[in-house]
Amino acid sequence: MGRKLLLEHINVPGINTFDVYRQNGGYRAVEKALKMTPDEVVEEVKKSGLRGRGGAGFPTGMKWSFLAKPEGVPRYLVCNADESEPGTFKDRFLMTHIPHALIEGMIVSSFALGAKTSYIYVRGEMMPQVRILERAIAEAKNAGYLGKNILGTGYDLELYVQPGGGAYICGEETALLESLEGKRGNPRIKPPFPAIAGLYGCPTVVNNVESIAATVPIINDGGDEYAKIGIGRSTGTKLISASGNLVRPGVYEIELGLPVEEFIYSDEYCGGIANGKRLKATVAGGSSVPVLPANLTLKLANGEPRLMSYEGLSEGGFITGTMMGSGGFIAFDEDQCMVRNTWNFARFYSHESCGQCSPCREGTGWMEKILRKIEFGEGRMSDIDLLVDVARKIEGNTICPLGDAAAWPVASAIRHFRDEFEWHVKEPVKCLETNYGLANYAVPIAKTEVTT
Amino acid sequence: MLKVEEQQPEVFPETLIEKFNEIISRYPEGKQKSALLPMLHEVQAVFGWLSVPSMDKVAGYLGIMPIEVYEVASFYTMYFLKPQGKYMLEVCRTGPCCLVGAEKVMAHIEQTLGVKEGEVTPDGLFSWRGVECLAACGFGPVLQIGPEYTFYENLNEEKVDQLIQDLRNK
Repeated sequence: MGRKLLLEHINVPGINTFDVYRQNGGYRAVEKALKMTPDEVVEEVKKSGLRGRGGAGFPTGMKWSFLAKPEGVPRYLVCNADESEPGTFKDRFLMTHIPHALIEGMIVSSFALGAKTSYIYVRGEMMPQVRILERAIAEAKNAGYLGKNILGTGYDLELYVQPGGGAYICGEETALLESLEGKRGNPRIKPPFPAIAGLYGCPTVVNNVESIAATVPIINDGGDEYAKIGIGRSTGTKLISASGNLVRPGVYEIELGLPVEEFIYSDEYCGGIANGKRLKATVAGGSSVPVLPANLTLKLANGEPRLMSYEGLSEGGFITGTMMGSGGFIAFDEDQCMVRNTWNFARFYSHESCGQCSPCREGTGWMEKILRKIEFGEGRMSDIDLLVDVARKIEGNTICPLGDAAAWPVASAIRHFRDEFEWHVKEPVKCLETNYGLANYAVPIAKTEVTT
Repeated sequence: MLKVEEQQPEVFPETLIEKFNEIISRYPEGKQKSALLPMLHEVQAVFGWLSVPSMDKVAGYLGIMPIEVYEVASFYTMYFLKPQGKYMLEVCRTGPCCLVGAEKVMAHIEQTLGVKEGEVTPDGLFSWRGVECLAACGFGPVLQIGPEYTFYENLNEEKVDQLIQDLRNK
């Protein structure tokens, strides 16, 4: 059994209430942190090696240490709970079942950063979670852990929940800040980074839900203890959202460094591929990261087992590797159509592009149109290279990473499953006959099969 | 897109005004525009959609230009700029849900309700649409119904039939 830091008490009845959470050791981190200096708290988080759990994997302690601290200017902590990356649902899970883990982390983190007002920006579709968090905040306030003069230490903190309006782009931190200011979610040009000029032009840190919740065990056990878990520069535990054709999809907390094969097939985790089918491909870190065929999912190009860690998943670069991303693990069984799935993702990015940068606005639209053409039997061979060309022209040419995120799934699907795209062009009639992409067409599955 | 589809009473109930004031109090002095997104959710929860007169009224409360409200309301997908059915079934249509049958569920809803995506049933009760990832990929296919955004998970055709039946009888 891997160690559980965030989900240790997930099965305790009533853990979503303050009292039960408190009885299970909750809010000790607040008591401990408030006896330390803010700099000492930052130092513990730095020592822990915690890396941002939202997707970029940037070290959280380092991000905190960049925060500007000019005299007389308020500083803000904003929690990014705009979880919208396809394949990712860990934050919803955490906020639904253990909301106080986030509230406690917010108090610890706000104290470390010297923030007196903090916001949790929750995607608008999660209205039930907005209400859950508001109730948790009221409970914590009632118990003296929020509001004026917390636990008699003189530290004041107000915590508010802000619902978004339904826009994937607001998961990008500067778009999130624009949205929190009541505007359209158009990402800002950086620099200046939010650490210098963020919310209302003031120094701001934006952290993912899971990153903030992870500060609780870090303060409780110490940064050094946390850093002992995991592998190399991937320290601690990570919540993985498992979805797709698995026996037991759901949210799992893993120690970083777990072999991918164990995660997919072991009964402790996903329990294998559903309906006795074979694994065809995976998207390991949310829809934005490159898709990998089964063989490269389980093993590196040199035949060693692939591990679930920031370095393990990105081993091999984009040629034979992928990325940790947000930990949204999507498994595809042998019957799934890669063209249809790539079209689906392309439509998602086309829909969610904010429209600010031309390469993304136009490019995502064209990728969607070309992929739809291929999927519905009207594609030409030259369309496949055209897609690669469009993807290349989006990547790196936009203000925010949405452009890259749209380009990578398309480029990687063609890289690893080019024969499927070609089959769609060669067999337009069979294409049209297939419903929902569940075709038993003649793609040589043996190529992607791994005997274990 | 922003043409006035129909006039609706521009009187905001007292409870809505109280809610507005509570929301505005969350932000620093002079930054009340931050209240815009939450306020629009509250207005939509009361009226079912956002008419131009109601958005103008929100602009008035916040002391901002009406265009600042329109541009936000038209950017975010959750705000309806025309009337919808009493129950708007929003089905996730993104990758992971499609792997486990979301497209079949949408086809079934279309057939059962007899209206296309975005249209309202003649009795005014239902409309439906596909939406992008709802962050519940492990429990797909899923759909949500506002204004509470209640979630229905692990859907299949039978469960959809039952849900529509329950809503009709409500």
